[in-house]
Amino acid sequence: MSNEAVFQAPAAAGTHHDAHGDHHGEHHHHETFITKYVFSQDHKMIAKQFLITGMVWAVLGGLMSVLFRLQIGYPDANFPWLQDLLGKWWAEGGKITPQAYYALVTTHGTVLVFFVLTAGLSGTFANFLIPLQVGARDMASPFMNMLSYWFFFTASVVMLSSIFVENGPFSGGWTAYPPLSALGDASPGSKTGMDLWLISMALFVVSSLLGGLNYIATVLNMRTKGMSMTRLPLTIWALFFTAVLGVLSFPVLFSGFILLIFDRNFGTSFYLSDIFVNGVGALPNEGGSAILYQHLFWFLGHPEVYIILLPAMGMVSEILSVNSRKPIFGYMAMIGSLFAIAILAFLVWAHHMFVTGLNPFLGSIFVLLTLLIAVPSAIKVFNWITTLWRGNIRFTPAMLFAIGFVSLFISGGLTGIWLGNSALDIHLHDTYFVIAHFHIVMGVASMFGMFAGIYHWFPKMYGRYLNNNLGYIHFWITIAGAYMIFWPMHYEGLAGMPRRYYDYSVWESFKQFADLNRFISTVAMIVFSVQILFLVNFFYSIFKGRKVTTQNPWGANTLEWTTPIHPGHGNWVGEIPEVYRWAYDYGKDGKEFIPQTKPIGDDESHH
Amino acid sequence: MTEEKRIHPHKFTLWVAMGSIVMMFAGLTSAYIVKKNQSSWLEFELPKIFWYSTLVILLSSVTIHLAGKSFKAREMGRYRNLITITAALGVLFIIFQVFGFLNLEGRNIALTGAKSNSAASFLLVITGLHMLHVLGGVIAILVIFVKAYAGSVKQYSSMPIDLVSTYWHFVDILWIYLFIFYNWIG
Repeated sequence: MSNEAVFQAPAAAGTHHDAHGDHHGEHHHHETFITKYVFSQDHKMIAKQFLITGMVWAVLGGLMSVLFRLQIGYPDANFPWLQDLLGKWWAEGGKITPQAYYALVTTHGTVLVFFVLTAGLSGTFANFLIPLQVGARDMASPFMNMLSYWFFFTASVVMLSSIFVENGPFSGGWTAYPPLSALGDASPGSKTGMDLWLISMALFVVSSLLGGLNYIATVLNMRTKGMSMTRLPLTIWALFFTAVLGVLSFPVLFSGFILLIFDRNFGTSFYLSDIFVNGVGALPNEGGSAILYQHLFWFLGHPEVYIILLPAMGMVSEILSVNSRKPIFGYMAMIGSLFAIAILAFLVWAHHMFVTGLNPFLGSIFVLLTLLIAVPSAIKVFNWITTLWRGNIRFTPAMLFAIGFVSLFISGGLTGIWLGNSALDIHLHDTYFVIAHFHIVMGVASMFGMFAGIYHWFPKMYGRYLNNNLGYIHFWITIAGAYMIFWPMHYEGLAGMPRRYYDYSVWESFKQFADLNRFISTVAMIVFSVQILFLVNFFYSIFKGRKVTTQNPWGANTLEWTTPIHPGHGNWVGEIPEVYRWAYDYGKDGKEFIPQTKPIGDDESHH
Repeated sequence: MTEEKRIHPHKFTLWVAMGSIVMMFAGLTSAYIVKKNQSSWLEFELPKIFWYSTLVILLSSVTIHLAGKSFKAREMGRYRNLITITAALGVLFIIFQVFGFLNLEGRNIALTGAKSNSAASFLLVITGLHMLHVLGGVIAILVIFVKAYAGSVKQYSSMPIDLVSTYWHFVDILWIYLFIFYNWIG
């Protein structure tokens, strides 16, 4: 019995949309602009909605970082046009104000972590690739999938609106630690801005859960005939583990938020105790524990890092193999290491809390578990490099970004071994060393995975190619720039330069870094402008890019390249193809590639 | 797994969703334990009415189970009665829980506000969230009830009632866990 038969069986609910090959034409005549582009239930359109919304947020979040880097790099300069542009609250007299600075770093963090690298990355590629690569007409529940996007959209609108309220957006850091986040009197950003931040994040959690449930159900239940779990492309394995992490960790964050909402609005004392607020006096709250919030937050917060990173890992594995014209090295080890990372992700959260007064013995257990992550990570790096080894490499922009991902993952991952040690963390905690570490290994690396995915699957998304030369310029300036921005931060952090300070020029110890800070800020602006170049390439190519003329432009084995160049809702015309082999038969028996849909021949060698 | 026994994707999605809900309550009850082991934790007796609400929700699990059976036997009158009773018991459960909160307030154990202790606040938040999940179940029952009789096309699929029934048993078991947790573990 096929998937479609499951839906058609008498026991099945009758509400499922009709997406079967034979009825196609009829189904599509009734599509309006609204059902096709706005409230679409087609996973491919929803993926594009996630991608473009994520891009809008990436531009806003990136612009925020440029603004606060302006303050760090040029603390003495005045840019009167900034006040004309942003208003007095943000840039009085042409200088980013302290409250604006904290609002900017907070919103930059929240937006990049959740809206760009969670929704924009796994929202886009899980939606786009899961049905196409497992051989399904759509997600298990296309309606829930649509809801997932619109919850994200609503969360986006609420977050955006917080930028325009009187006291500004939340400004207590993206982790929203109480008591700062729990007390409206504690800072301007903790008033309306924080309410909107919480509403937005709650909506975002709902969006993630609806999406994640669907991804898991689709991968496990909707695979086409012959597509056993061990024949799945690694993209799907990675997106599957990502969804599992999200479904198990976001509810815990949600419970942390609920307690925070009660502390904020109903006077409870979950997180609050013995607090004196300047101008208000002593608060009556007794017996709460601010550390409790940190436990709940980081129980999501650490898996969140892998929610961001795993999709990039999966796509990079696929792209490296396709463009090396070689099977992925150690397929099972790749799955095993993803599994190990997913398990360990839940067991290391307290390494964010070494300096909170955590019991040192408990800390040493978390050190051990944290350092264990180096093992699966090293397996993955080894396998990526051995996939490249003696490959017949095609340096497409997607391939360059995939190789760039591996480079960034190594250099950012190594500093993780430093930070995972509780003793070193006493010195490095809350310094620029941490900023450098997580931006390289999680931020930039995942961005590279996302870029690789966009360049690679753009032909499938829009039936056209992105411009290659612009892609090369984009890649080389971005990778050089990313290292020039974040590498020097390691030195600043080792010298003890703390994060989140408004002005370093007034500190004798950090005056020496004035030139370095200016250098970083300048490079940040250049890298940001190159991303605009990418966006131009993206939107220009949607309409005017070179047309795709063959079904399988990269010579890849996976199922998405067996669909028509412009697949309709339902993906395949007629029957869904059957699968006979794994996704990585490249360069086998003298053939360059053998698609998954080709039956095993009698004379074929075993792999 | 043979192809015929393949689980329906919606049913599977529900199971994953229940796993997700479990994680939320696991997070909250873990926080409860952490907090209990710190200073100034108020010990108080649970409202007696929680025993009755436990009885009510157990009974509702029986009625929804019988409702599913009658649906499959096409005894639609019986099905209609049983599912109405189930929804009513769900509402009764919620009312009993609210009485429980009022009982605490009546004993001067503040659930919210400046004088509240987080022991009582935890009870409100966790029980309240569970109540919302029961309310969701009641709404789901109303939806399948209306759907089964509103349209001109008769519904013969037992999938909707199966889904709601599974969820209903789940919130029942969740409450039993919370009840045991409040009384003997936490």
